[in-house]
Amino acid sequence: MSSAGGEHDADATAHAVAEAVARRSYGKLVALLAMRTRNVAAAEDALADAFAAALADWPARGCPANPEAWLMTVARRRAIDGARHRRVGDEVANQLAILADEIDDREAGALPDQRLALLFACTHPALEPAIRTPLMLQVVLGLDAKTIASAFLMSPAAMSKRLVRAKNKIREAGIPFNVPEREELPERLAAVLEAVYAVYAEGWTDPLGSDTERRDLAGEALFLAQLLAELLPDEAETLGLLALMLYAQARRAARRDAAGEYVPLSAQDPAHWNTPMIDAADALLRRASAFNAIGRFQLEAALQSAHIHRCRTHRPNWAEIVQLYDALLAIAASPVVAVNRALALAERDGPQAALAALEPYADDPRLADYQPYWAARADLLARTGATAEALGAYDLAIGLERDPAARRFLQRRRMALSARTSG
Amino acid sequence: MQYLLMIYSEESGWNQMTDAQRQQGVAAYQAYTESLTKAGVLVGANRLQHTSNATTVRLVDGKPQVLDGPFSDSKEQLAGYYLIDVPNLDAAIAWASRCPGAAHGLMEVRPVWVASADARYTS
Repeated sequence: MSSAGGEHDADATAHAVAEAVARRSYGKLVALLAMRTRNVAAAEDALADAFAAALADWPARGCPANPEAWLMTVARRRAIDGARHRRVGDEVANQLAILADEIDDREAGALPDQRLALLFACTHPALEPAIRTPLMLQVVLGLDAKTIASAFLMSPAAMSKRLVRAKNKIREAGIPFNVPEREELPERLAAVLEAVYAVYAEGWTDPLGSDTERRDLAGEALFLAQLLAELLPDEAETLGLLALMLYAQARRAARRDAAGEYVPLSAQDPAHWNTPMIDAADALLRRASAFNAIGRFQLEAALQSAHIHRCRTHRPNWAEIVQLYDALLAIAASPVVAVNRALALAERDGPQAALAALEPYADDPRLADYQPYWAARADLLARTGATAEALGAYDLAIGLERDPAARRFLQRRRMALSARTSG
Repeated sequence: MQYLLMIYSEESGWNQMTDAQRQQGVAAYQAYTESLTKAGVLVGANRLQHTSNATTVRLVDGKPQVLDGPFSDSKEQLAGYYLIDVPNLDAAIAWASRCPGAAHGLMEVRPVWVASADARYTS
């Protein structure tokens, strides 16, 4: 490696390998480093040091055969040094040393995967609900506070502060790194799945994955859902969640036309959907249903599947869709579900029936700034001929929309409506 | 780790109970204390007297200011506590949820400060 070009290549290779390991193993290494001490922040610091060391060492000496084990060894050493330095007491250092022995005893490349325990710790009910998803993104995937803050529309300083507070609580309050017992598992797992789904929902609002600050959160969410489905293959809802995300992801690019304009589901060309992804989702949903444990995510996945089926076959299946929404309302009632159900009801029973179904939610404060509610109302009112009210609802829907393309779509609809009435 | 399980409840509740209900309540707490002892996790426990017997003390200009009554006048008051030693928060939450106080009031679970945590902040 004497030529400048060779050095450059070695650098590039080291970077590429480090990045690949970071992507694949970050959470695995944090979990191993933090699980005894519960000190997530120290584990992250040690791991950051180890990655820096790797970028200095690997270009010169070549990438190690087992980069993951190399990083673990260095990070562990840093963590022990750090613990001594901070005078946390010999106890923590000893625990890390014990952990070191355990890991050294194992075959190279066979580091135990404790990410599931880490996921359960990050979504523990003793942590405030709003910080669980950001915490998971940082601790399990290694996203930085700035990226997470921008995805959750929060200042980086405020986000960092809340992340630090959550990590402190994990350490000081003794939140365990383990998979909950059978009887507690369903509820705790629901919190994990909820947090993963929130990542996807955030990513979904960036339709083309082009917002670099958001760094394709949808992809990160799919990675987590895939991981959960691998680690808990017998939990119907983990399979349901992955199926739901794959259905949505398969249609993601079709939400924009060549000019970048918003395309509603009814106008999308099924030929632009990702068929292998839809097939994989179908298979997951079938596997999930075999467990006979229906849940929110399986129902939502079934709804996606029904929409896809209708668009492909052009056979209306709104009765089936309303039924699925009824089931969803029964187990996971929310104004959001009610809005979506009303839209399906409009197709089955007409817009008046849909408006009547939304009547009980008119004063629900959760809907006051929920954009899809106002977009739905605008559409339904326009169809019943209540133009003035519809125009008002469009104004709110347009004002609340974050996505410029979707905003333009609504503006065109509003313009068409007002032109129709005045002309 | 040691956790303090604090029982917060409405004080008027006890007086409004019938004798039979009170006996039942006492028996429930006795059984709970017994199960903590059997599990080997109980460090200490006490029931507290009514807050009408509480006195608040603080120094004002270096002199103790003594006032009648509890610190906070919220409806739920600290009625008693259990100090337990268990491996982690999940175990503490499991014990807190079994306490009769979780049914007639609410439980606050607080980890006890340990020396090593102290060192972390002073370094």
